[in-house]
Amino acid sequence: MEELKNQAREIRKDILKMTSRAGSGHPGGSLSAADIITALYFHIMNIDPENPKWEDRDRFVLSKGHAAPVLYAALAEQGYFPKEDLEHLRQIDHHLQGHPDMKGTPGVDMTTGSLGQGISAAVGMALAGKLDKKDYTVYTLLGDGEIQEGQVWEAIMSAAHYKLDNLVAILDYNRIQLVGPTSEIMEVSPTAEKFKAFGWHVIEIDGHDMEAIVNALKEARDYTGKPVMIIARTIKGKGVSFMEDTAAWHGKAPSGEELEKALAELG
Amino acid sequence: MAGKATRDGFGDGIVEAGRKNSNIVVLDADVGSSTRVKKFMEEFPERFLEMGIAEANMIGVAAGLATCGKIPFASTFAVFASARVADQLRNSIAYPKLNVKIAATHAGITVGPDGATHQAVEDIAILRSIPNFTVIVPCDYYEAKEAVKAAAEYDGPVYLRFTRGAVPFVFDENYKFEWGKVVPLRDGQDVTIFATGVMVDQALKAAQILEKEGISAHVVNVHTIKPLDVEGVVEAAQKTGAVVTAEEHNIYGGLGSAIAEVLVENAPMPMQRVGIKDTFGESGKPDELMKKYGLLDVNIVDAVHTVLKRK
Repeated sequence: MEELKNQAREIRKDILKMTSRAGSGHPGGSLSAADIITALYFHIMNIDPENPKWEDRDRFVLSKGHAAPVLYAALAEQGYFPKEDLEHLRQIDHHLQGHPDMKGTPGVDMTTGSLGQGISAAVGMALAGKLDKKDYTVYTLLGDGEIQEGQVWEAIMSAAHYKLDNLVAILDYNRIQLVGPTSEIMEVSPTAEKFKAFGWHVIEIDGHDMEAIVNALKEARDYTGKPVMIIARTIKGKGVSFMEDTAAWHGKAPSGEELEKALAELG
Repeated sequence: MAGKATRDGFGDGIVEAGRKNSNIVVLDADVGSSTRVKKFMEEFPERFLEMGIAEANMIGVAAGLATCGKIPFASTFAVFASARVADQLRNSIAYPKLNVKIAATHAGITVGPDGATHQAVEDIAILRSIPNFTVIVPCDYYEAKEAVKAAAEYDGPVYLRFTRGAVPFVFDENYKFEWGKVVPLRDGQDVTIFATGVMVDQALKAAQILEKEGISAHVVNVHTIKPLDVEGVVEAAQKTGAVVTAEEHNIYGGLGSAIAEVLVENAPMPMQRVGIKDTFGESGKPDELMKKYGLLDVNIVDAVHTVLKRK
């Protein structure tokens, strides 16, 4: 558990460094998802960085594609590509695009960025797993702002219809979207009731409690008969005091000075 | 007239393709009886995925299936398979270049009585403008069937456009579909008529009318609008030095535009377009609509007269 927490801290540092260097990107929603992504890539998922296209691997779809930095950090830390590549986030002629590109980046299972579309692809991967009688699990991470997209609910409905118990969705419920609080822009709550009504099994956790995350992911993976939604209550910008719980850091990169301050806080 | 709808070519072609390759799956959005996927559903129930009236999700699910080695054919009416899901086609299929086929039936105004909401007149333009998409418009049942089988063998995104109503046979069961190539159907010296879809038959009829007037028309079937067979188009156009295009689609962004783009850069010459003149359709019988919207053989003949004056 300590090891996972340390790994999450490294990933947070990577996120801050790469977005600062790029001069743009989405640190807020990357930091809120850092603990969840760490648990997935360093404890839960059955993957082989040496063989990113291994057909029996677990899949991960970053439906909230703008949180690309957290995914890139995890993939680099796992060895899918050199860590130096993180220095070239969002730069021309380099593979780390502003939003995940499965054609360019090893380990990215699906191209995402247009909100609401990733979860549909995850449903397709889970259906393929059922058709081929494979026992891999498909994980997908959604933003709470993202679930304002109608396509998400089409996908949620179809996953329940096909009883995709090999599909685990995680809601990064940080309550803030680009312009302001989700409750003011377009209320998404009550989320648990909605997913339950759509036929999903729902688990609610603190999305920064590593033990709770790991336990929930294990429970979700082993659950049978229904797809599982883990509602992870998180804090946008988690880990950096001046970024926490503010919409301002949704899509703004830290300056050099801010980066120093943030890295010092993370220790 | 002896003929059959091109959607039937899809329905029969997909069964043959499905027998050959067990990775082929069909997705449908509650229009399966109309899109002719019923035969596939009956023969391969486990590979038929009903997605309900939720087209955006259907396209995304197809993308996910393709990442796992499946060859999904997502099928619905052309209006819902193009404009309604343009962003899903763009971001989930075209950009990652996934091996998904979009089988769009009920295209154009020959859909008939359902009216403008169900008559796609802009789908070719939308799909042409999305990188990585191949756009195929078969002209009869046999070409449709062969195009479906060829698309199943090709690795990449393909949009296939089919009709609801019967169209006369242009080919027979011996037809071989040549990927990406234009198909000369009739040799002529005075004017070249490039036609696609239901307009191929009208172009052949126009050529007969023109023949009686002493005008010899070279008729070319363009089944693949994108990528366009540049060499074949230029060669066929240069043969006569005057061009008419014919399509059951808006004159903006479809076959006429594609041919004009190629000719203006390679072999500029007089050209006229026959197509829907930037307007929506309406309820009516297919033949009534073809007449009212200027999509008959006589309209092609008129366009030939106009272009020959400019030659």
